[in-house]
This record gives sequence, structure tokens and C-alpha cells, in this order.
Amino acid sequence: MRKLTPIPYPLLPLLLAALTIAASFFAVAVVYAQTRLPTDDEVNAIAKQLYCPVCPNTPLDVCETQACKDWRAQIRDQLAAGWSEERIIDYFVTQYGERVLAEPGRKGFTALVWVLPVIAVLLGLAVVWQVLRSWRSRQDLQVETSISTPQISPEILKRIEQELQEMD
Amino acid sequence: MIADIGLISLSIAFLFSVYATLASFYGGWRDRAEWTESARNASILVFPLLSISVLAVIYSLYVMDFSLAYVADVSSRAMSPFLRLTALWGGQQGSVLFWAWIMAGFMMIVLLRKWDRDRDLMPYVIGVAMLTTAFFIGVTVFITNPFGRLWHFPGANELTTAVFQPAGAMPYVPQDGQGLNPLLRHFGMIGHPPTTYLGFTGFVIPYAFAMAALITGKSREDGWIRTTRRWTLVAWIFLTIGLILGGRWAYDVLGWGGYWGWDPVENAMFLPWLTGTAFLHSVMMTEKRGMLKKWNMILIILTYALTVFGTFITRTGVISSVHAFAKSALGPAFLIFIGLTFLGSLSLLFSRWDTLKSEHQLESFFSREAVFVLQNLLFLAITFAVFWGTVFPLISELVTGTKITVGPPYFEKVTGPLFFVLVLLMGVAPLFAWRKQAARNLGRAMLVPFLASLGITAAWGYTHRMHPGSIFGLWLVSFVLLAIATEFWKGLRARMSGRSENPLTALAKLIGRNHRRYGGYVIHLGVVMMVLGVIGDAYFKQETQASLAPGETLRLGVYTLRYDGLRDYPGSDGREVVEASTALFKDGEFIRQLKPRRDFFVVQEQPVTVPAVYSTPGADVYVLLVGWEEGQHDLTTFKMYLNPLINWVWTGGLAMILGTLIAAWPASRKHVEASYVIKPGRLQPQPGIGD
Repeated sequence: MRKLTPIPYPLLPLLLAALTIAASFFAVAVVYAQTRLPTDDEVNAIAKQLYCPVCPNTPLDVCETQACKDWRAQIRDQLAAGWSEERIIDYFVTQYGERVLAEPGRKGFTALVWVLPVIAVLLGLAVVWQVLRSWRSRQDLQVETSISTPQISPEILKRIEQELQEMD
Repeated sequence: MIADIGLISLSIAFLFSVYATLASFYGGWRDRAEWTESARNASILVFPLLSISVLAVIYSLYVMDFSLAYVADVSSRAMSPFLRLTALWGGQQGSVLFWAWIMAGFMMIVLLRKWDRDRDLMPYVIGVAMLTTAFFIGVTVFITNPFGRLWHFPGANELTTAVFQPAGAMPYVPQDGQGLNPLLRHFGMIGHPPTTYLGFTGFVIPYAFAMAALITGKSREDGWIRTTRRWTLVAWIFLTIGLILGGRWAYDVLGWGGYWGWDPVENAMFLPWLTGTAFLHSVMMTEKRGMLKKWNMILIILTYALTVFGTFITRTGVISSVHAFAKSALGPAFLIFIGLTFLGSLSLLFSRWDTLKSEHQLESFFSREAVFVLQNLLFLAITFAVFWGTVFPLISELVTGTKITVGPPYFEKVTGPLFFVLVLLMGVAPLFAWRKQAARNLGRAMLVPFLASLGITAAWGYTHRMHPGSIFGLWLVSFVLLAIATEFWKGLRARMSGRSENPLTALAKLIGRNHRRYGGYVIHLGVVMMVLGVIGDAYFKQETQASLAPGETLRLGVYTLRYDGLRDYPGSDGREVVEASTALFKDGEFIRQLKPRRDFFVVQEQPVTVPAVYSTPGADVYVLLVGWEEGQHDLTTFKMYLNPLINWVWTGGLAMILGTLIAAWPASRKHVEASYVIKPGRLQPQPGIGD
């Protein structure tokens, strides 16, 4: 839940006074303001997080079927009745199952969808590290064996190295 | 009559492809050149035979021969001739045939061009490629035949589809066809599916060569990589174009203001692209340094398996429900084929594991080699995450019985950080030298791009404090862009001062001398442009929706939309069009009229929302007609999106195509590429086929 922005102090008494007056004279208007119809944008903000329960892979905010229109109208009614975003989403999950969530949950079996890629990346890093190290150690071995072939002098080796560098 | 010729031709093509597979394997195994020669001739004939079948389907679609179930399914009298022709790949039967046809075409080109160059590999290249072709033709003949006809049993409620007349059934010819899925009735239909299929099938060629190298034991040398290098690039660019056109199509047709929704069908195409891109890079390591040979094999095997998997996903509908899988024999056939070829290739790879030893060792963790390995790991990690997210709903349904959705938030959260590192590597990798890199030199090379990118980011961050995520994104884009630009500048400066050339000649010659390298950089620049577009989409996209009476306005950012009126009229292709006229204003100044539409396809009872887009280099204004009050046309609902930077996605795509053309341009013989690999294999007697 977003916190309410604090109202600047000097305005507070004024506002309270205005509210009291408004409440006493236009009580009906105040009630109307509280139950004003939620805007399309507010409805879409919630519908965006849900998937259409009947059509494959369509987010609820863009789905064009009549059923989806009705569901969006339902969200509007729920918002008007003062439901929170969480409560509306929970309502849809209990009503139509987990498949309405665009983002899969993190509990139970579904947690696997999140966990496995992370494990895979870690495992991959470990394997790559091992492979790189084994490549390195084989090189150490080669250095040892190259000692037994003394035909190439260090200067020539150095020149070869240098020319190889320049080739790139 | 025409359809019968197509059917006969298709059946002969199937027999020929099976024969070619068997004969070439036998010829290779027994070292009998005449069998291989015969297999080659049979393979070359498959393409003309399939062409006859394809032409027969096209002809039937054109004349609307509704006695064919496929024609009745995907075409209708209301459709334009153009759309009727594209219906060839608009449904399952036609597209599987189309796949096989392109595959056979590629194979014919290989056999006509490369026949003499790789004599040892050829028997198995033919064998492996024709096995794939035979599978697809077999599926077309036995499971999803485009020449199947409609039959009616007396007293039955439903029609039966069969190639031959079932006993007791009467032929049935409907008056009109169902017609193509309305979403497919778009000009993009001419581009996206064929390019995708060209990309999919194109990867079969390097795969066939890789398998042939393993079977013959020639995997010790890397001849297959050199032979197939351009094939790989061609396949890759077609797949890339296919992806971009698919995104553009989604943007123009699907009416949700975006171009990429992480839909299973999109992912199925993206997966082989990811492994194919990794393969393109790891092959460079083999060419330059003789390393990562096993890795290449694994990547090309994965890419092949994923291209077939992509066709499987898009054509069997398995992802939308497990139940769609069991409806036809197509799903099981594909699954068995993928499983067998995958396991077969892997066991082949392990049996030749020793021939794929690295010819050089890693000299430093601080080298381009190490960066390449890390980059390959990232590609594979992204592939896994996307694959896992795509198939998980199925696994969940099978294991727990609950259907779940894995939507964009999952893919963005899991692959986002991996993509970030990958793009960063793309910028720094060229600064790393092969073998080993002195940290000090690297620091010096990166200093200017790094400081400059920090400066840009600071200035940007100051004006866009609202979106902290975008600041990281912009730093990434500016750093990578400057790093690549520095590479160009270094080469240019050397030529301009060394040979006193003017900048333009210097640039042309620089690219001409090492077109693979600079083509690659241009592709990378294209990727950076796309990332910029993605940042715009991820952080700055705005939307609003409201119901307006005529004369009322809707405001979004600096733009205002005024609703003027609604009219309906009958459109082409059997649709009823409802069109709103609106006027778009920027800062109060009139810009232009926008006419968002809702097309209702009467036969399919399906609406299609056609957006009206005002496109500028900075941002697109994308307006959708969402709905209206029935009967009284006075309250109409519009949805308006502001998509900043989105055009960079398409521009980036064009840059990638340009870069690939530069990279694939045939090299003049003078500039033979430098390679540090000394081939020990060439000095030793060649291992025979049998050992």
C-alpha cells in the first residue's frame, strides 16, 4: 500500500474546515467522491497483472473477448467497492486458479520455475571455471615438456609471441 | 486432378528422400562411391518433386478447390488472391510441406555447389540432411497431408478428412472455405513465416556437416566449420529477420502496443536464435585458436534440436494445452524425432570426444578466449531460462494438474540481468586481445569510453531521476556504443595517418580489409540500437484509456487526441470495419488525423484491432479503438500508448542485416585471414572412415 502524502501543516486546519463545511452542506457530494467510478487506467493497471482465464496467453488488459470485458467490469466494481489491488488479484486466483497470474508464484512446485535457472547459471559458472582451470593446468604441463626441446631460444620465442600479438 | 499430381509427386519425393538417406549411409559405410552418387541424384530430385506438390497446393488455393480439406480450412472466397497464396504456410499441412520444400532446396544447392570439395563428408551430409527432409515429407504424407479431402458418411454429423475415399463415404465439397485466421491476413504474412523457415532449415546444413565430421572422425580438423561458415550466417540472418518481422507484425496487428510478449510461439523462435548466435561466436574461437570444439558441436546439436522443437511448438499447439498434443499423431511423431536425433547426436559426440581436444590452452583468464567462454555461457543460460519458462506450464500441468502462466514478468526478471552482462561483454570483448591481455592496456583502452559514458549517464540521470533502472540501461548503451566507436576510430586513425587517406576511403578500406570483423561490429551496433529501443519500452512507455464523446479529448504526455466520430463500412476479405476518426495534437498544435479501426471478421466471428500509429524518430503514438456503446455511437473508448524510442528496434534490425551482409561478403583471395592454429592433423596420415 502506498503511504499517503502528508499534507503541509498550515493547510491542515483550512482543509479540515473546508471538509467540515462540505460534509455538512453537501454530504451527498462527499459520498459520491468516495465511490466515484474508477478510471480505465486504474482498471488496466490491475488487469495488466492478470491473464485471461480462458484464452491462451493473453493479458487481461488487452483481451478483446466479451468474457474479458466482463472481468474488467468486475475489477472496476471491486475497485469502486474499495477493494485493494491485492484483494482483487487474490479473488481472481481463488476463482480461476493460478493460471491468471502473469508472474508465476514462488511457492510449492511453481517455485521450480524460478529456482532452476539460478541453479543452472551457478552450475554453468562452476563448470566453466573448472574447464578454464583445467586448460590452464594443461598449459603448465606443456611448459615442463617444452623444456626438453631446447632448439628454440628464448629470444626467438619472444619474437614469435610478439608477432602473434601483432597479427590480431 | 492437379491435386492428384501433387499427391503423387509428394509420395515419390518421400520415397526418394528415404532412398537417399539409406543409400548415402550405406555408401559411406561401405565406401562405395556409386551408392553415394546415386543418393546425391535422388536428393537433387526431391526439390523439383516437392516443387510440383507446392505448386499443386498453390494452384488449389488459387482456384479455391474446396474439396481439399486444407484449402477449405485456410482460404475462402472473400480472401484476395495474394492472401490465398500466402495461405500455403497459413496452416499446419501447408507449412510442414513448405518446410520440407525449403529444406530440399537448400540441400540441392549444397549438392550442386559443394559436391567436390568435401567428398569424405558428403555421404553423411546427405544422409543426415535427407533424414531430416524425409521426416518432414513423411509427416506431410502420413499425418498432415495437404491433399487430404473432405468426406461425408451418411448419417454422420461431422466430416472426415482422408486422402483416399473411405468405404461408404461420399465426397463433400463445401460452398466456401473457413478462411485464414484473421490475424494472419496481413501483408507481413509474405515475409515473416518464409524468413523464419529459411532460418530454421538453414541451420540443418551446418548440423549435417558437423554430424558428418563426427561420423567420419574428421572432427579433428575444422574443415566442416569453414565449409558451412556462410551457411550459418545465412541461416542466422534469416532467423534474425524472421524475428524482427514477427515483432513488427505483432506491433501492427495484435493491438497491445508492444512487439514482444514472451509468448511460447515467440520463444520457440528465439531459442534456436540464441544457440545459433552462441554457435556463430564459438566457431570463431575454433577458427582463430582451435578451441571450444566440443562446445561447437553441442551448440549446433542444440540449435538443430531447437529448430525442430520450434516447428513442433508452433505447429502442434502443445503449449496451449497438453490435450492438444494428443489430438493428432503429429505431436508424438515430432517428439520422438527430436528425442532420437538429439540422443543420437549426443552419443555420436561422446564417441568422438577425444578428436575434439583443444589445440591450445588458455593462457590467461584475462583474454578474449575467457570472455568468449563467458559469453557462450550467458547465451546458454538465457536459452535455458527461456526454454524452462516456456515448457514449465506443461510440466506443471502434468505433475500437479494445475495450469499456470509464465508471463513476461518472469522472463524479464530472469533474463534481464543476463542480457545486461551479455551486452556489456559485447562492448568489452573487442578490447581484449587473444591469448592474454595486460590489465593496464585494457584499462587504457576502456578509459575514454568509460568516462564518456559516465558523463552521458550523469547528464541523462539528472533529467530522468524518475526511472533509476533506465540510468543503468543508458550507461550500458552509451558505454558499448563508445567502445565499438573507439574500435572504428582506432582503425581509421591508423589508416588516415599511415596512408594519408580521407576518412571515407579509409572507412571503406578498413571494412573491406577485414569485413568479418567490422561487419560484426556493425551487427553489434544494431544490437545496441535495439537495446535502446527496449529501454524505451521498459521504462518510458506510457498508456492511458478513456471513453470519449465526440469533441472530447484524451491527453498523454505532450499529445492530445480528439475524438471526432465513428463510421462503419464493409471492408475487403469479408470484414465489417468500424473506424473512428480522431485528430492528434502535440502541445496544442494539430499534427494529423488518426483512424484506429476494429475489423470484425464475420465468418470467424473474430474481431481484429487495427492501431493507428503516428511515428516519429523519438516516439510512436499508438492509438487503439477499444470499444463503443452499442446502438448509440456517442461514447467511444480509446487506448493510447506513447512508445518512446521504439523505432530504434527496427533501425537496429536494419543495422544487423547490413552488418551481416558486410560480414558474409565473399573475401577477395588476397586477404587470407590470420589464424594461429597450426594443424597437426594435416601432417599426419588421415584417419580412414572405418577406424
